[in-house]
Amino acid sequence: MIHPHGLTVVAKKVCQFIAPAIFLFGIYISLYGHLSPGGGFAGGVIMASALVFQVLVYGSLLEKLRKEEWRLEIAESVSIFSFLILAVLGLLVAGTAIFFGNFLPVGKIGNLVSGGFIPIGNLIIAIEVCASISLIFLALLIYKDEE
Amino acid sequence: MEIYLIIMLVLMILGSVHALHTKDLISTVISLGIVGFGLVISFLILSAPDLAIVQVVIEIITLAIMIAVIAIATFQLEKKQWRFSFVFYAATIVFFTFVVLLVSSRFSHILSFFGHHTTRMADIYMKSAADSGSANLVTGIILHFRAYDTFGEATVLVTAVTGVLTILRHSGKKNKN
Repeated sequence: MIHPHGLTVVAKKVCQFIAPAIFLFGIYISLYGHLSPGGGFAGGVIMASALVFQVLVYGSLLEKLRKEEWRLEIAESVSIFSFLILAVLGLLVAGTAIFFGNFLPVGKIGNLVSGGFIPIGNLIIAIEVCASISLIFLALLIYKDEE
Repeated sequence: MEIYLIIMLVLMILGSVHALHTKDLISTVISLGIVGFGLVISFLILSAPDLAIVQVVIEIITLAIMIAVIAIATFQLEKKQWRFSFVFYAATIVFFTFVVLLVSSRFSHILSFFGHHTTRMADIYMKSAADSGSANLVTGIILHFRAYDTFGEATVLVTAVTGVLTILRHSGKKNKN
């Protein structure tokens, strides 16, 4: 079981340096998903692993974790709903009129801002996957300690 | 094609209604299995074979785990009117098997034969890859040609998290009392 007050000071300091880097790398993987290998699912799992790392090092104080769980539930629901809205927008815009039609301008292939709605979709998927996996991890922690 | 989709959707709705109104937990889980496997064939009809494979695997694992959990938790033998229920259940099983086999045999040509590969869709992807505007071909396929697949995968994940939260939260509350 994870200790409620976390590990030693050394581990906490190292975590302060590494966890933001892991989170940033997840954002990079999902933002550059249309240019380099990766994408929403991989980036989301990496972002979730940053949170898991933090909980492992800083300990499982229930009050903080419960607040995080509430936020993650909202993030998960909002992201999957906005992905559906993205699909319906492609249906409504007159140029495409297809479910998941690419209604934004494609741009030059290889630029960061290109590919229409593909980067937006990648980012939404990343948020959704990150929230889901973190939620499962937090649920296994919280509801076990709630006895 | 749409009539088969409607048949499967009606089957799924009947399964979920039965799952809501039955008293036995085992039959609830099995009628939820009707919903899941109906969803598999619906995905196959809607030309999303990747999603159908994922859904099959998830459905089988979920069904096995749920039946194991419920059988361990609340196992009891019940004596019922044997003859009527046997005929009724046998007729129901034969009917649903017939419907599922009919629908899946009409649409099984979407999948390739065992051990063979299809280049039918791959040619289209390779030719029109530049249309998606994505330098990474895989992401272009996932979020442009097969965005419907991706949406279904994300929905599968949300459903899984909802199930985990429901089961764990229930046990947590029970332990507190």
